Amino acid sequence: MNARLLPLTATLVIFAAAYALCILQFPAFGTTRVMGNLLTDNAFLGIAAVGMTFVIVSGGIDLSVGAVIAFVGVFLAVGIGRLGIPPALAFALALLVASLFGAAMGAVIHVFEIPPFIVTLAGMFLARGASSVITTESVPIDAPLYARLNDVVVMLPGKGRLTLVAMVMLAVFAAASLVAHRTRFGRNVYAIGGNRTSAELMGIPVGTTTVLIYAFSGLCAGIAGIVFSLYTSAGYSLAAVGVELDTIAAVVIGGTLLTGGSGFVMGTFVGVLIQGMIQTYITFDGTLSSWWTKIVIGLLLFGFILLQRGLLALGGRGQARTAH
Amino acid sequence: MTDDTRSAGAAPVLLVRGLCKDFPGVKALDGVDFTLRAGEVHALLGENGAGKSTLIKTVTGVLQRDGGSVSVAGREIHPKGPADALAAGIGTVYQEVNLLPNLSVAENLFIGRQPRRFGLVDTGGIRRRATGIMRRYGVDIDVRRSLSDFSVAIQQIVAIARAVDLSAGVLILDEPTASLDAREVDQLFETMRGLTARGIGIVFVTHFLDQVYAVADRITVLRNGRLVGTRDAADLPRLDLVSMMLGRELERATHLARPERPAAEGRAPFVSFRRYGRRGQVEPFDLDVARGEIVGVAGLLGSGRSETAKLAFGAERADSGEVRVDGAPVRLASPRDAVALRFGFCPEERKTEGIVGDLSVRENIVLALQAQRGWLSRLTRAEGDRIADEFIRRLDIRTRDAETPIRLLSGGNQQKAVLARWLATAPEFLILDEPTRGIDIGAHAEIVRLIEDLCRAGMALLVVSSELEEVVAYSDRIRVLRDCRHVGDLVGDRVSVGGIIETIASEARP
Repeated sequence: MNARLLPLTATLVIFAAAYALCILQFPAFGTTRVMGNLLTDNAFLGIAAVGMTFVIVSGGIDLSVGAVIAFVGVFLAVGIGRLGIPPALAFALALLVASLFGAAMGAVIHVFEIPPFIVTLAGMFLARGASSVITTESVPIDAPLYARLNDVVVMLPGKGRLTLVAMVMLAVFAAASLVAHRTRFGRNVYAIGGNRTSAELMGIPVGTTTVLIYAFSGLCAGIAGIVFSLYTSAGYSLAAVGVELDTIAAVVIGGTLLTGGSGFVMGTFVGVLIQGMIQTYITFDGTLSSWWTKIVIGLLLFGFILLQRGLLALGGRGQARTAH
Repeated sequence: MTDDTRSAGAAPVLLVRGLCKDFPGVKALDGVDFTLRAGEVHALLGENGAGKSTLIKTVTGVLQRDGGSVSVAGREIHPKGPADALAAGIGTVYQEVNLLPNLSVAENLFIGRQPRRFGLVDTGGIRRRATGIMRRYGVDIDVRRSLSDFSVAIQQIVAIARAVDLSAGVLILDEPTASLDAREVDQLFETMRGLTARGIGIVFVTHFLDQVYAVADRITVLRNGRLVGTRDAADLPRLDLVSMMLGRELERATHLARPERPAAEGRAPFVSFRRYGRRGQVEPFDLDVARGEIVGVAGLLGSGRSETAKLAFGAERADSGEVRVDGAPVRLASPRDAVALRFGFCPEERKTEGIVGDLSVRENIVLALQAQRGWLSRLTRAEGDRIADEFIRRLDIRTRDAETPIRLLSGGNQQKAVLARWLATAPEFLILDEPTRGIDIGAHAEIVRLIEDLCRAGMALLVVSSELEEVVAYSDRIRVLRDCRHVGDLVGDRVSVGGIIETIASEARP
């Protein structure tokens, strides 16, 4: 079997096993209702994780996504609620700002050759700070459009509800999967993650691609921000703290190598579901502290990073003969 | 020298005329001419500093030339980088394959220029075309699998296929065989012949003479940045080729005074290696060195000289054979073991492997002694001063004082300090790799005298050198290497520059 599929296979096996255990203990887990809620509750996380997948596959990291989600939430709340901007226009502006913000970080990373960790850390403070400057209050949004959008629901057999935000997330995953595997941009992302120098020597536009990768991550964070704002009907500058770390966890648990060059968008989807499922399990149980989610996620992350290490060691043995 | 314009009908696909490249203080290329015809394999040979890699880098745009012209198919080019050179028709494949191991073979062939259908990458089309391309190279593989799933040889062929597909008739292979085994080399040669049959000209850079004669039509030899000559491989005996590379005519081989020392033959060896070797570096060899004997190691660049020295010190771990010291089997798995056995080693790359530039002369000298004693029993400052002063005097190291950072010293004096470091540990077996490289003539003679003194004092020495006259002058016996094999020993009257060259050029194994 192709070693690159191993992390993804491990993810799927863990998901299937965990889901089976959940159903055994709480049969309600098998209903479309729980599944529908799982998708709705994790929609914003999943969308942000899509952008993070591209970034990590390219060998980078984006710490700004949580802050961008909060910024978009505050931007929409204040723009729609206080300034009276039409919601559709506010959405478009928010996406534009988020994408440009990502593009700017990508440009700095490429032009000044600064590690993405540092640049996006600065971006995180900037975005978080900017949202606090706009307002430190939690601003509710009561636009009629929000109510209408939240009423868009596809009923699933068995009383399950597939909400608009869940559908948006599924659409983003489907589109991103196509972009990752079937466009030159997507393949260039994998190429840069595989070996930047080689990619450059092979004539791949490394600079443009880097800018686009972070712009795309910004765009995803922007969409996640809109979805989060629909989900909570409010904007708050301290919302979504640490979401960037949850998305990184989802990407890694989804089987993407932190070193770059290998991974699947759909793996990230399963990674998000695993996280959501643990959360749901704890809610069902009722006696466990919700911090157990973090502990389980932590253990899973450890496991996957060890697995990646092992795979790299295996790969390294194959490459040993190239070394001098 | 053959006249390129007259001989053979084939037009040149790559024409280099009067190429010059200056580095500070050195003329790396001095008016070099090179002609590559369509459909030929043209070997480019030369020893260290000959200018091979500078020539390749200048032609492929990694370096910008300071003079002369480079034309591809009659059009002068000024590449600003490898991508430029590729667009101009020159494809290059390096020893380290510059591809993307995480992508499929098909993608490596087509990345950046994938055919598209309805705006999406046509994966089916890529797969079909890639399969076709690889079949033309006689490689029938599943091109959807990751490049890293395949051997270096296959990766090499993928790199060649990509370069040929993108370029227009000029393919440069820079030491492509360094990490291949014999069967893979044959496969590569098969590929090269297939390409020349299609009219592609190949520049083949290698250290292996056997491979040159196996595959090359013509041979160009460079030395010290100058063109020595271009010959048809069929008309150039090995002996002449080696002489061209080393720059010595047999009859003119100078004879320096040979040392007068009691013959070491018949004496029991101090250290002996049996079937000692490491796959991919040096084939297993037997080697004995007695006390009071200097064994010289000679061979062309890349023949396994330095590898032999490193193996003998345990700096590279052998994967076969055994070592005996005074007849008793010993463990030699690391430099630590070697130091405990009273071995010493001055490596070839003085700047990167020998000195610690920012430490003082004293600290550099006591380094190995301290390591030998273990870090727990620290050498006192007074002891260190005494030892450093003694060696500075004994070896006549020219330094302002023992506290001067060693990087401020001249090459010869740095070399003496590195020697002093090992002498301070009172070694019984000293391995020197290129002890006189990069130092001036005066210091040269001093180092040679020092080597002879150490020998007379009863030390066993193994000295690797590319300076043939020098190695002939001080060695009791010379071990000759070719293509990573120990091919012969020269003793007595056979210890001569001519003897070395003849042994290197002698026909390879059947």
